[in-house]
Amino acid sequence: MMDHQPMHPQDDGGGASACGSRREFLGTAVAAVATALTGCGKLSKEEFLQHNFRELSKDEIQTIIARLESEYKAKYGKTVKVNNEAAMPGVIFGYALDLSRCIGCRRCVHACVKENNQSRDPEIQWIRVLEMDKEEGVNLQHAEQYYNPEEVPREGHFYMPVQCQQCKKPPCVKVCPVGATWKEKDGIVVVDYNWCIGCRYCMAACPYGARHFNWGEPTMKSADVNPETHYLGNRPRPKGVVEKCTFCIQRTRKGLYPACVEICPTGSRKFGNLLDAKSEIRQVLENKRVFKFKEDLNTQPTFFYFYGV
Amino acid sequence: MISLRNFKNFIVDTVGLMVHGSRLYYAWVGFLLLLIAVGGIAYLNQLNSGLIVTSMRDQVSWGFYIGNFTFLVGVAAASIMLVIPAYIYDWAPIKEITILGEMLAVTALIMCLGFVMVDIGRPDRFWHIMPLVGRLNWPQSMLAWDVIVLNLYLLLNWFVVTYLLFSSYVEKHYNKKIVLPLVLLSIPMAVSIHTVTAYLYNGLASRPFWNSAILAPRFLASAFCSGPAVLLILLQVLRRTTRLKITDAAIFKIAELMAYTMGFNLFLTAAESFKELYSGTEHMVYFQYLLFGLEKNGVHYNTLVPFAWASIITGFIAFLLFLIPKTRMNWTTLNIGCVLIYASVYIEKGMGLIIPGLTPDALGEIYVYRPSFTEVAVAAGIFSLGALVFTVMLKAAVPMMLGEFTITRGRKASEPVEADPIQA
Repeated sequence: MMDHQPMHPQDDGGGASACGSRREFLGTAVAAVATALTGCGKLSKEEFLQHNFRELSKDEIQTIIARLESEYKAKYGKTVKVNNEAAMPGVIFGYALDLSRCIGCRRCVHACVKENNQSRDPEIQWIRVLEMDKEEGVNLQHAEQYYNPEEVPREGHFYMPVQCQQCKKPPCVKVCPVGATWKEKDGIVVVDYNWCIGCRYCMAACPYGARHFNWGEPTMKSADVNPETHYLGNRPRPKGVVEKCTFCIQRTRKGLYPACVEICPTGSRKFGNLLDAKSEIRQVLENKRVFKFKEDLNTQPTFFYFYGV
Repeated sequence: MISLRNFKNFIVDTVGLMVHGSRLYYAWVGFLLLLIAVGGIAYLNQLNSGLIVTSMRDQVSWGFYIGNFTFLVGVAAASIMLVIPAYIYDWAPIKEITILGEMLAVTALIMCLGFVMVDIGRPDRFWHIMPLVGRLNWPQSMLAWDVIVLNLYLLLNWFVVTYLLFSSYVEKHYNKKIVLPLVLLSIPMAVSIHTVTAYLYNGLASRPFWNSAILAPRFLASAFCSGPAVLLILLQVLRRTTRLKITDAAIFKIAELMAYTMGFNLFLTAAESFKELYSGTEHMVYFQYLLFGLEKNGVHYNTLVPFAWASIITGFIAFLLFLIPKTRMNWTTLNIGCVLIYASVYIEKGMGLIIPGLTPDALGEIYVYRPSFTEVAVAAGIFSLGALVFTVMLKAAVPMMLGEFTITRGRKASEPVEADPIQA
């Protein structure tokens, strides 16, 4: 990673107030032009000038969170908490999915949408379940995402849910021209929705179709909004930016399971700390034969597939 | 004299030349402005509703805009097809017209930046990608490289064009010590813009269609076909409509060079096709989708097939027309060849590159992409903007290139009241 040094916020001394006000004026003028560019007339000067999340001081983050919370309150008429929990030390999250148990019911897909405040119309789904021919094995040219039988699992088929594989070498992070997406210490690849320019290069780079774009203004009914959010996770997103699975960062950093793990009726989904030798995920890795999806691309996912039975 | 004051006069006079013209000129500019307005309205609608008004979706996340961008980078790079014979081989007939190639490069780059701007979801955050101000993920991201080289190439060409015209305007011969190194620098720069743009796709292991070692060579070979094709037609138009002296020899020389690049381009295409089709791995599906269509669940998807073959066939016919001296030196067949090769590369480096790269998508889904009305209207607006930029540049540049319009003569001729040659 070639990260630039954080830019230090200028400490304005007493004599710098004129300079400050000029900068303020310029900022306002530029923000006005930028507002015209967004076409929605909602862009505030603060939002326009906001810097990359990784370059913000603690105070700046708190101010931004307060601003976001009041925006969400105005938009959805209820209190939405934006949390900023950092990665826990000594934790790298890992995930394993049992292909022999998954029945393709897509409960995980919908639990994920509910938990993570995805746009409902058009609906964005972070988990895509592929119906595969048993005869073909894992062959994407024989995969079907839009299967809709009376009952699952269908005879002769198995199911392979795909979501962000939280790669150790994420190609999406490498290609982002502005560093709006990065890998956190606990292995979660996150997006700064206030920094992403919406070029969608990461979507072209992702071999798993795990990144999704807000093609239109995301819509959600107030009642559907999950008020427990994380800045780098499930807080409501603006139009024109990319989003993706974060292993439910707002839950997992508090020690909870991701929503998809919790809802799975067959227990196909295993999750835990890769650094903890006693964790369930480590048990799976040690006792089952696992594989990584598209292993030849050397993205080194921390998301594994296995055949449990 | 080269002074700030004269430069101000130069700018004022240039603008003066641009806004005064014949009825035909006004009609043409008016027509372009109308198309730009149509594109502008379509773009405003896109800003309001989001990119959902395009046909792009998560499966095919880049489309017509990025296709046009890629093609136009090639046009921009092609100006060196004039620079190389003129300056490396010191071939005089072309030297006088290299400035036209540089103006074409400036125009193409403006269109490129336009296509990138309309493609991004958050144009209000454009400053994030600006070096120093934003947070450029350099050297990791190929897009960061592309931002840098495209802007440098734009600046370089802009400077050379302005400097040459300004020298001519102040009735001085340009300083060879300034121009020659810059023109020579433009050769590796032109190669670099198209190479970096190719690497943008090339580096994505997730998209086997692009993940081929000869992608950048193919980009260059095709660019050196399509760009000069634009120039050849343009040179013929200019020598009819202006007093610019463009010799037959210059045109035929460029055409001859194009015959080589076209042959090489076809060879590289054949090499790529052979590798994919003969080895027949699972990576072949993208080529199959492009050339023959794919069948999935009983549905046959063959949207790209007619375009792909049209590109190959027109490219081959154009190659023959340029290869055979008789047809190369015949104006009718030469111009047919120019149109054919332009069409061929426009398909190949536009939709024929982007769409099969993304179809089937990363999870094997086939999403049939066809540009929406908004995308076509916005693209038409950007092409018109390019045409307008090129038109007004030529309008001011041609009389200066001819030495007809200078600080003394020009001012006297056009604005006799204000002209003050003594001070100048």
